[in-house]
Amino acid sequence: MSAVATHAPAAADDAAPAPGRALLEMTDVSLEFRTRSGTVRALQHVSLSVRRGEIVGLVGESGSGKSVLCYALLGLSDRAARITSGRIDYDGIDLRAASERELQDLRGREIGMVFQNPRAALNPIRTIGRQLEDVLRRHGAVRRADLRERAIEALREVAIADPQRRHRAYPFELSGGMCQRVMIALALCGAPRLLIADEPTTGLDVTTQAAVLALVRERVRASRVATLLITHDLALAADFCDRIVVMHAGHVVETAPTGALFGAPRHPYTQALIASTPAGRDALEELRPIAGGLPDLRREDLPACRFLERCPRALPACRDALAHVAPGAAHAVACNNPLGAP
Amino acid sequence: MPASGATPRRVSHLRYVLTENPVTLVAVVMYCVLVLMAGFGPMIAPYDPLATAPERALQPPSAAHWFGTDALGRDILSRCIVAARLDLGLAVSAVALSFAIGAPLGAAAGFFGGWADRVVSRLADTIMAFPLFVLAMGIVAAMGNTLANIVIATAIINLPFYIRVARAEANVRRSAGFVESARLAGNSEWGVLVRHVFPNLLPPMAVQVSLNMGWAILNAAGLSFIGLGVRPPTPEWGILVAEGAQYILSGEWWVALLPGAVLMTAVFSFNLLGDALRDLLDPRRRT
Amino acid sequence: MSGEPSPDVGVAAEAAARGPGAALPREVLLEAIGLSRRFAIGSGRRAPQLHAVDDVSLRLHRGESVGLVGESGCGKSTLARLLARLIDPTEGAIVFEGRDVGAIRARDFAVSGQRARIQLVFQDATDSLDPRQTAFEAIAEPAVRMRLPGDVAARVRRVADEVGLPSELLGRYPHQLSGGQRARVGIARALCPEPALLVLDEPTAALDVSVQAVVLQLLARLRRERGLTYLFVSHDLNVVRLLCDRVLVMYLGRLVEEGPARAVFDAPAHPYTAALLSAIPGGGRAPEVLPGEVRSPIDPDPSACRFHGRCPAGEAACGRTLPQLEATRAGLPGRRVACLKPRV
Repeated sequence: MSAVATHAPAAADDAAPAPGRALLEMTDVSLEFRTRSGTVRALQHVSLSVRRGEIVGLVGESGSGKSVLCYALLGLSDRAARITSGRIDYDGIDLRAASERELQDLRGREIGMVFQNPRAALNPIRTIGRQLEDVLRRHGAVRRADLRERAIEALREVAIADPQRRHRAYPFELSGGMCQRVMIALALCGAPRLLIADEPTTGLDVTTQAAVLALVRERVRASRVATLLITHDLALAADFCDRIVVMHAGHVVETAPTGALFGAPRHPYTQALIASTPAGRDALEELRPIAGGLPDLRREDLPACRFLERCPRALPACRDALAHVAPGAAHAVACNNPLGAP
Repeated sequence: MPASGATPRRVSHLRYVLTENPVTLVAVVMYCVLVLMAGFGPMIAPYDPLATAPERALQPPSAAHWFGTDALGRDILSRCIVAARLDLGLAVSAVALSFAIGAPLGAAAGFFGGWADRVVSRLADTIMAFPLFVLAMGIVAAMGNTLANIVIATAIINLPFYIRVARAEANVRRSAGFVESARLAGNSEWGVLVRHVFPNLLPPMAVQVSLNMGWAILNAAGLSFIGLGVRPPTPEWGILVAEGAQYILSGEWWVALLPGAVLMTAVFSFNLLGDALRDLLDPRRRT
Repeated sequence: MSGEPSPDVGVAAEAAARGPGAALPREVLLEAIGLSRRFAIGSGRRAPQLHAVDDVSLRLHRGESVGLVGESGCGKSTLARLLARLIDPTEGAIVFEGRDVGAIRARDFAVSGQRARIQLVFQDATDSLDPRQTAFEAIAEPAVRMRLPGDVAARVRRVADEVGLPSELLGRYPHQLSGGQRARVGIARALCPEPALLVLDEPTAALDVSVQAVVLQLLARLRRERGLTYLFVSHDLNVVRLLCDRVLVMYLGRLVEEGPARAVFDAPAHPYTAALLSAIPGGGRAPEVLPGEVRSPIDPDPSACRFHGRCPAGEAACGRTLPQLEATRAGLPGRRVACLKPRV
């Protein structure tokens, strides 16, 4: 049924090692924004876990809440945001209860982040070498004398040619792909155990994207770093991730290992998303656009299942109740009438 | 053709702008007071601003004379109120003249670049080299000490300001997508500038215009302070301050300070108004 | 709507090359001959030149949909703007409907009667719409400026209907419309003057995948119904594969491969095309990761292949010769490649 060929990432390199225990665990998290036009219920009952050595793809369209989730995880949410329920645990530490100081310690040392638009994320008036050294000094437990060498080594590890010279380069002198490699170096040089990448290759060329992701996968597998990759590109997630979490309008609608998700999607939205993706298709007519649009999250009268108004399999019960994906579930769907139901 | 909800939307947008930021509301209220004073000054002033009464000279503020009286016994409050018309008139004329000449020049310079830009920029640089008072005195010496010449002098001094802002804004927008769209729709280069680029310059310039108004009022007051343009007994804030300056040391502070405070309040309200104007004019801020 | 028939000796030759049984030769709508566009970096007569588009020759036939692919910096956007007559070529000719439009300066072309014949749809619909114009005004503008016959309001409503834009949205400003709606306004505006050639510069790149599907199907339908010719510029090969009959591949300002879309995608001739295709996610191929960085487009070596240094198949000769677009080794119809060692 799926036209997207999940050429097993395993084919390209080592097979995904058996995942360890959950390093990051989000349980039943709800988040809202208070704006002057109403309260936006951006996340509702979201549960998600990432284990050591596992690459999890968080997939959704714009407005699905995936970036909001990512920032909430890191404690970097907008001031208007409020987490109204749930727990966010990193290695047993309650991130919601942590102080800003503790969070700062975690970010960079334990948790590495790669953001979209690398050029904007780098400080334009400092050389990339200095920026690497900043991170190393703060989180890397490296001696002052060794900083420069370690920075150059970090650049070499992300396949930047001529790292000695590039160490002194400013971000504007580098191409988009190289900037993103620098971002990855920054994220990984503190030897984190969790890597969060928010649309790291959006805006990059396809060939650069392939190279950057190959690099990330190689580094992440080598150190068994738990990775959360956020993307709107379903085909990308298919190629790259072990497990996929699909989000729609602030809900997690399905989570499954990659092969299972594309081979036999259970949530109608997942199926619709796959059907509207051009990758792997033969004719334009095969593309099925998804009817309707995202519901307005400020509404007071939102149905329990936010896909209700666009769903071809909607039941009356969907307006009132929905069983959300349980925390720690590896393969689950939040639907009253899933596909393939007995 | 436009959606029927256009007018109510404008009103609700106005209401939103006024209530979102209390400072805006204060500024608008003060501005309205100023406009009222300018429009109806002679009618709302409690006393005749020109009527002298030597027996009541230099009286401190009291129930009868809220701002006290000056050396000739004239009610200072009345003089302040009536002066609003002249001051605002001078400022508005100068700013309008300056904008009418400077903004198009700057926009053309920023949009077309090349030699147009170079010529206009050098012009602006030349004007900036002149201090206001020197230029004003030069013009007055050459062409006579009239109100019109004061307006012209202030307008000229302000030109580089508008040229620069318009030029910068036009420069940013010349590579915008909608400029290419306009060309595709069959606009000539001038058509693109006049119909698309220039209207989009207006919101950022509205802020500048309002700030400039405050500055223009100060300039008008400053010039009359040194005796150019407006002459006594015409009430004008600068003159009022000038007249009162000599009495500060002898303790009659109200003669200079109260008109000065009115002047300050007027300038202040224009500055605050700049942001509100920008919000009103920018369609993107409408929700 | 169709212009006078244009002489096309080239088409007959091409039909012959395609072999017997090939489709009937189609009228050539636009031909670019040796098109180049260079930008001077800095000032002065000896300033280095950035070769954005270098010696490009191509033909667009009436009614066909041609994809132009390549990565950032390859010059496809510049080429699109050259063909849409928004910028002027440094060298070369553009012949449209039999007339040499390359010789007319862009600013004169804008006010000429021919502006209506070639239109462009932009990548970022938000950026391409004047924030102070309602959707109606934006769509109506070409009709007003070009003084098109008929009632402007009726024309606008008709084309808005065709692109699926509800009439109650016409009074809205761009920031009050969704991404998909803005895209439709951009398309409606381009269609308003009834062009023969529509250049689309990554029109769906900024859209969500579900909206993208709708817009792509809309574009396909419009082409069928109106008999339009498309030049579809995109970095997304999946989309090009679905929408285009023929594809042109650009690299560093030059065309490196040309051919029917299916054929090129199934069996790319140029090593760059092969690498590009393999890098598409979800394609089922392991990506061929290209080493190194792209060569500089500033004052490139005129006698070396631009892909040399990154090319997995490169050899010494590639550094001494600049390959031209010519028929593939196997002489496949309609296919050309600029490579000393093409794969096909």
